[in-house]
Amino acid sequence: MRLEINGVPTEVDPAPGQVLRTLLREQGRMDVKRGCDAGDCGACSVLLDGRPVHSCIIPAQRLDGASVTTAAGLAPEGELHPVQQALADGFGFQCGYCTPGMSVTASTLCEHDLDDLDRKLKGNLCRCTGYRPIREAIRSTLTSASTSGCGPTNAGAPRPAPPASGADRTDSAASTTPIAAGSDRSADEVTGAGARGAAEVGAGAGGAAPAGLSPSTSHGVGTSARPEAATRIVQGLEPFAFDEPVPGALFLRVLGSPHPHARILSIDTSDALAIEGVVDVLTHEHAPATRFSTARHEHRTDDPDDTRVLDDTVRFVGQRVAAVVAETVAAAEAALRAIRVEYEVLPSVLDPEAARAPGAPLLHPLRTPDDRVAEAGRNVVAALHDGHGDAAAALAASHATVSGTWRTSRVTHAQLETHGSVGWLDEAGRLVIRSSTQVPFLTRDELCHVFGLERENVRVTANRIGGGFGGKQEIFTEDLVTLAVLRTGRPVAYEFSRTEQFQRASVRHPMRISVELGADAQGRLTAMRVDLLSDTGAYGNHAIGVMFHSLAESTTIYRVPAKRLDAEAVYTNNVPSGAFRGYGLGQVILGVESAMDLLAERLGIDPFELRRINMVREGDPLHPDADKYEEDLVWGSYGLDQCLDLAESALRRGNGVEAPSGWAVGEGMAASMIATMAPRGHIARTSVSLRPDGRLLLRVGTAEFGNGTSTVLRQIAATDLLAAPERIELWSADTDAVEHDTGAFASAGITVAGKALHAACLSLAERMRTIAAGLAGADAASARLTADGVLVGERVVGFAEIVAAAPPEQLDDAGLTADGSELGDIRSLAFNVHAVRVAVDPETGTVRVLQSIQSADAGFLMNPAQVRGQVEGGTAQGIGSALYEEVLIDDGGRVQNPVFRTYRVPQSADVPDTEVYFAETDDSVGPFGAKSMSESPYNPVAPAIGNAIARALGARPYHQPFTRERVWRVAQSR
Amino acid sequence: MDITTVTSFRAARSRADLALAPGEAFMAGGTWLLSEPQPSTTGFVDLTAMGWPDIEVVDAGLRIGATCTIATLLDWARGAAAASAHPAATGRWARADALPPVPEAWRAVALVEPAANALLASFKIWSTATVGGNLCQSFAAGSMISLAVALDGVAVVWQPDGAERRMPVAELPAGNGANALARGEVLRAIEIPAHALRSEARLQKIALAELGRSGAVITGRVDEDGAATFGVTAATITPRVLRFAALPSTEELRERVEGLDGYYSDPLGAEDWRRGVSAVLAERIRSQLQESIAGRADAAAAGDAATTGVAAASPVDPSAVSARPAVPSDGADAASPAPSDDGSARA
Ligand code: FES
Ligand code: FES
Repeated sequence: MRLEINGVPTEVDPAPGQVLRTLLREQGRMDVKRGCDAGDCGACSVLLDGRPVHSCIIPAQRLDGASVTTAAGLAPEGELHPVQQALADGFGFQCGYCTPGMSVTASTLCEHDLDDLDRKLKGNLCRCTGYRPIREAIRSTLTSASTSGCGPTNAGAPRPAPPASGADRTDSAASTTPIAAGSDRSADEVTGAGARGAAEVGAGAGGAAPAGLSPSTSHGVGTSARPEAATRIVQGLEPFAFDEPVPGALFLRVLGSPHPHARILSIDTSDALAIEGVVDVLTHEHAPATRFSTARHEHRTDDPDDTRVLDDTVRFVGQRVAAVVAETVAAAEAALRAIRVEYEVLPSVLDPEAARAPGAPLLHPLRTPDDRVAEAGRNVVAALHDGHGDAAAALAASHATVSGTWRTSRVTHAQLETHGSVGWLDEAGRLVIRSSTQVPFLTRDELCHVFGLERENVRVTANRIGGGFGGKQEIFTEDLVTLAVLRTGRPVAYEFSRTEQFQRASVRHPMRISVELGADAQGRLTAMRVDLLSDTGAYGNHAIGVMFHSLAESTTIYRVPAKRLDAEAVYTNNVPSGAFRGYGLGQVILGVESAMDLLAERLGIDPFELRRINMVREGDPLHPDADKYEEDLVWGSYGLDQCLDLAESALRRGNGVEAPSGWAVGEGMAASMIATMAPRGHIARTSVSLRPDGRLLLRVGTAEFGNGTSTVLRQIAATDLLAAPERIELWSADTDAVEHDTGAFASAGITVAGKALHAACLSLAERMRTIAAGLAGADAASARLTADGVLVGERVVGFAEIVAAAPPEQLDDAGLTADGSELGDIRSLAFNVHAVRVAVDPETGTVRVLQSIQSADAGFLMNPAQVRGQVEGGTAQGIGSALYEEVLIDDGGRVQNPVFRTYRVPQSADVPDTEVYFAETDDSVGPFGAKSMSESPYNPVAPAIGNAIARALGARPYHQPFTRERVWRVAQSR
Repeated sequence: MDITTVTSFRAARSRADLALAPGEAFMAGGTWLLSEPQPSTTGFVDLTAMGWPDIEVVDAGLRIGATCTIATLLDWARGAAAASAHPAATGRWARADALPPVPEAWRAVALVEPAANALLASFKIWSTATVGGNLCQSFAAGSMISLAVALDGVAVVWQPDGAERRMPVAELPAGNGANALARGEVLRAIEIPAHALRSEARLQKIALAELGRSGAVITGRVDEDGAATFGVTAATITPRVLRFAALPSTEELRERVEGLDGYYSDPLGAEDWRRGVSAVLAERIRSQLQESIAGRADAAAAGDAATTGVAAASPVDPSAVSARPAVPSDGADAASPAPSDDGSARA
């Protein structure tokens, strides 16, 4: 049949069961993404004969004569549709995976749709942004004078000129929502903060500012520089893991266990192998015996060695039993149905409390503390019993005590790009894995460990990643791909389906958090007791790190003379839990901040005031018992006081949004603290090279998954080396690029990779000045960087000349090179305060957030618009956890809602605009005075909402998410 | 997603083409069939090639072709002017025959919009998803079922032997995701009797997220003879219909709604909540209907017969209701399901 794709007549012969999405990708239209393959997410949206459709549920057989327009075809070549321009300029994306589909849908909207915009966006999910910049981009396009018409337009049609693109749109963005560094500072002044940061660069970075640094370039740090990939992203042309097909790649598909706990007695693969196109079937007999952890950290010994690539015992429903490698997806799927497995079903345990009780079925009885499993005989992976002072006595003697037990649920990361990797052998026989991973280096190292390979024989790279949120700090596909490539010698691709993402990746640790607080009559805390039970599911993954971290900044944020912490993380036969934005803090902060609200109620003290009375202050020891724990934490800056003031005054101001009549209204707030890096070392090795033509090659190991790091790294180079963006190339997330990088997690993009690159840039600038001064016969101190070379006296020494004169030890393939490293040995602290006013319908349990406010202490704002985006995105995920999201597991251990139709990722309608305010601080640890601000905005959101619901109803929900069912029950029980 | 088990795709153009071979399944819009693996299906039989008219306005009422898309139904319900608002009704979307005008007295047509909005499916999916597909899929949350049940819709079913049978749409779902059709039977059309279309009708929906997949969809209508009908869908595993001779009192309605069987728990809502909010939404609809009727009664300077609150259930008997005499409309406001405070049925 014939159809037109972006105006190009195309002859196709689709399979009978094929959909438009895969047909388009077969035709090379990689701008058509896949988030669910089920019509729920909109990542695959295209125009079909002018109307928007989800291409994943359009039968290809009906396409004869059709005309299809993809995101890249919305505008004539070299141009953008106005709404694409607005999305690109207005930070309307983070990872950018939803963006092509979002662009397609948005391109069809008309001004009259603005009244109902949330509903129009219903079928387009964005996990990163919180929707505010998307809605704003659409509004600005449809109300701007330059748009004469609306609705879908076909490629090649004349269209109005796109609105002028500005590198910095924060000022216009601020017209609806404040983004201010202080309550009295306007947004314009924030964007002007670049000058401040640059001016204070010496103090902020702990190093000498390069001589000749001009106050700021519009692309340097402190400006809302536009992400370099923006134009490609809105068109869908920026490649993600599977957007650069590997010729001849085989398809890998996995057979999952139907049982929550079983021993595999036999696997008969003969029928499967007989199916035409099936190349190999992998079972535990082919897998290495080496146990490892899917979780990745700088030290592999941080995590429990309890997992095999394929095991002869399965411990959760959906766990890999066998993998088929085949020429076609159809053959692979047919082979899965043909595999016959005989199981011995074992007793299973799904409840974490029961799992540690005597007599419970044991999941990993043979693991020992040497494997980092604390007490395998009780299913306990990790335990913590710590504290200072006599908490029990202090509680007994307290003027007031409050206590409560909170529960949190499993949450899926819902990155719109699922996990996946493709592997092959390069010409030299080296194994290459391209993966959607936050940790390419650690993945390479662990693959070497498990398969007995040498590092130099393995390369792991990542393209742009379609969302991570911690979920991709694990090995979920690369090990199987490695096994398959090594066995077949052929390229192999394994891309998770959305349902696999629910069943076979990881979820946020569900926790039971019991908190007891004591205080004196003035509200001063006398004692704190926290008892925690964390459910890691069938494997240990991040169980240990999450459990320890969950109890750290969540409890050290307050001065407490006596504290007792007891925690255990236990195995159950559930889908494993893993790393997720906040790394456990969010769960414990729910308990602590809700208990603080109870205390405020009990004592009749304003909740902001109660925090002020008890908060740690700059210089306070975080561990008053003077143990050595966390001695790498330093007070690089302190902004919690400002955060409390900013949030409180915004809440007092209100926003004029009224509650529906008959609904109860309540206000709530919560505070949180987070260290600016992970403990025990987070390493980034980077380099910067000056090419003879003046271009700069930045080499880093860290990955871009929507965190904005790639933008900030370019800004750092632009500032330090006075370079225009066109001169800057970035090579990242590739084990070939640099020697080592721990990875893009623990909010390390700026504080680790950025700091290392800053050092490299300063070093390169120094080398350039030294060489140029030498050539000009002058003193290096008089040399200044300019856009065309180095100015020494009257003479501009050109880049080619500098590179040519470089000493050999400073030269590599690219040119004059300097390295910079960060080892992460001291860490600072960042803060967030969230406040909300909610309305609750007691008759239905519906909760509506009327006003959402977050104040953040991020230190110097490297890219104000991007930081704002991180806060908004974290808030959106916090709202999801607070009100909507829960991976449900039935009595048989099966995930009940493994699709977006039944798992509620927040839609645009669910996420109000959040007012974002920034404290004015300047950190002595972070580069340019910046602190991390990626994970932490998530942490205070759910308790703030829970506290507001409690104030509205006069009764408190304890089980997160506070779904309409649960809130309704609380309201009924009053 | 690609359905890799499928090895044939054939367009059905005549009734003879509707004979299913083993492994074949009927496809209407395909928006559900292509959203999940279909391991037992090896062939698709495309019903959209049958050429069934989308919308027919006949004396007895409205006849919606099973393959009529949600978008087309909405276009029709919104009137011709709105239909032409689609700037790109070209290619496959172009319509040779104009949609018939909506008879003025059919105020209940205003239910179409909130019913479409009650779908989780985005407006993009409405262009291909069909009314018949939503009915036959028979998910409890299928709001085209809610719409048809609200208005005493009757399913016209083609049987494999060439015969035809009719059944109330309320009886079409046999479970959450299962229908009462035998293999080889095809839903041909949905007929909505004129008297129901002339009623004052409301629909309210609630889900665990504002625009999420429904946990309860409640409908209510008052016919010109004062009889009231409430439909409970999504909250119960299959539709439930409550009939009253006149609009019931708050207490009576709550008792009847809460007393229904069939409330259930799944990821879209727990049984107790579904029961509770069904009664709440039903009461909201009841009071809206009461207000609206009172307004009409005032306008007609009539008595307050409609608000006596005396009620008795009438049996579910579509043939009996469709035989009810038509009473001319008395010029009240057009029915427009009013936006409710919780937004559950924004029109
Ligand atoms: S809607 Fe098509 S991929 Fe999600
Ligand atoms: S930017 Fe929307 S999903 Fe990442």
